[in-house]
Amino acid sequence: MTTTAGPYAPRPGAAPLPRMIAAQAALETRMLLRNGEQLLLTVVIPTLLLVLFSSVDIVDTGAGPFVDFLAPGVLALAVMSTAFTGQAIATGFERRYGVLKRLAVSPLPRWGLMTAKTLSVLVTEVLQVILLTAVAFALGWSPHGDPFSVLLLLVLGTAAFSGLGLLMAGTLKAEATLAAANLVFLLLLVGGGVIVPLDKFPPGVRDVLGLLPVSALSDGLRAVLQHGAGTPWADLGVLAGWAVVGLTAAARFFRWE
Amino acid sequence: MRSEPVVQVQALVKRYGTRTAVDGLDLVAEAGVTAVLGPNGAGKTSTVEICEGYRKPDAGTVRVLGLDPVRQAAELRPRIGVMLQSGGVYSGARADEMLRHVARLHAHPLDVDALVERLGLGSCGRTAYRRLSGGQQQRLALAMAVVGRPELVFLDEPTAGLDPQARRATWDLVRDLRADGVSVILTTHHMDEAEQLADDVAIIDAGRVIAHGSPEELCRGGAENTLRFGGRPGLDVGSLLKALPADSSAVELTPGSYRVAGEVDPQLLATVTSWCAQHGVMPDRISVERHTLEDVFLELTGKELRS
Repeated sequence: MTTTAGPYAPRPGAAPLPRMIAAQAALETRMLLRNGEQLLLTVVIPTLLLVLFSSVDIVDTGAGPFVDFLAPGVLALAVMSTAFTGQAIATGFERRYGVLKRLAVSPLPRWGLMTAKTLSVLVTEVLQVILLTAVAFALGWSPHGDPFSVLLLLVLGTAAFSGLGLLMAGTLKAEATLAAANLVFLLLLVGGGVIVPLDKFPPGVRDVLGLLPVSALSDGLRAVLQHGAGTPWADLGVLAGWAVVGLTAAARFFRWE
Repeated sequence: MRSEPVVQVQALVKRYGTRTAVDGLDLVAEAGVTAVLGPNGAGKTSTVEICEGYRKPDAGTVRVLGLDPVRQAAELRPRIGVMLQSGGVYSGARADEMLRHVARLHAHPLDVDALVERLGLGSCGRTAYRRLSGGQQQRLALAMAVVGRPELVFLDEPTAGLDPQARRATWDLVRDLRADGVSVILTTHHMDEAEQLADDVAIIDAGRVIAHGSPEELCRGGAENTLRFGGRPGLDVGSLLKALPADSSAVELTPGSYRVAGEVDPQLLATVTSWCAQHGVMPDRISVERHTLEDVFLELTGKELRS
């Protein structure tokens, strides 16, 4: 059977890797921005918290404008909402609906898919930071400190939350992930030093809460941006610990189907 | 003709816990369309998913386009197209968006607009995947399997739940793929689908291939085919028998109802009707019953295929 060059005549081949990863990251970002619940979590809630709590002095945080306390916490919350909550829910349902299974037989390698997911998370975070920073400035925010430390905190925070989010998405059922990820978001919003300072909690509780990734991230950001401190190594250490534990466990236990 | 088989499976075993899903299965698929037929739970999907590299065999060897689907997955994946039984698409993605995405992962994809048009997905417009009808989701999955211009396509129950028109459109596409030199492995429990499309059929039951051959070969074996006609009672069947080929039989089952058994082909039908013409017999009904894959399957397994 000699094959005449019909329209379906085989001409297989993978696209160049950078093109595949860019296409995958663009698609994942579009899916996220199109999803109403995800936008509520990543954009609406952090922005509302920032605006509401800056204008109404509900929580006593000591000296200085409340927005100086609040903005770093809301940035930490934004990172958590995208890298942990959003990523866990989206990936959980991709697994449930066979998206991960279908992509596994495409020319895109698994590590390429994970790279694309990370890029998509980072792109979303950049958009969140731009929006929240603009709102905070409009509310009279005056940040200090070293941009490099801020960047380092955001990146390590993203790694820590991504590992935990993917661990959840890759091991639990999609519905369980949805419920658990939202619950964790809510609990950490209250107990993670985002809007309520940790020193409002009893000392024993405070020490435990301080080891949570969102507490470490908001504490570190606050130290730099509010108080102009140097590189917050302790907080970076906590985040690095979570990142190693989360990513290792995710790599070990993630089930693709 | 391609000398190397597209799929070679030898002594394949796959167990899930204590259950043996695939039990020493051998299968060689040459270029062309191969249908894997069998009831639910026969091991069709397990076998195909091992060929696609999803699962590791517990024993046996598998080569797809000459490659090991697990160890040489990176080399194999761009060369195959896969249609899953369901899902595989972001619930918020639009049909053309997802298809365009899969196309972008390949070096020389098909024209997406033409494919969308061909499979009648143009009407899906801006609708999200989760709101598409089952048939539309099915056709999108098929389009995703072929858009990368693969050498070999795996279709898992490609027409399950489709209306007759969409079913024919799918069959036409499979025929065009074949004509252009794409090989197809399709699992189905529709006999007519296998008869219509396949060059080769492998019948699987309880984790083994129990029969393998072209649809004609499979149907020829086993029970003979029959031709029935009605006429006035008491015709001379002895004279009819003389006109028929040597291995045929002719009997009057009940008065006025006749059965001819043997190799039922156009020649035999012509012989019977011309015999009727010579004897002034007007058959008031005439019917041909061919042995179908359904019968073959029932004989081999004692089971109905669609259970």
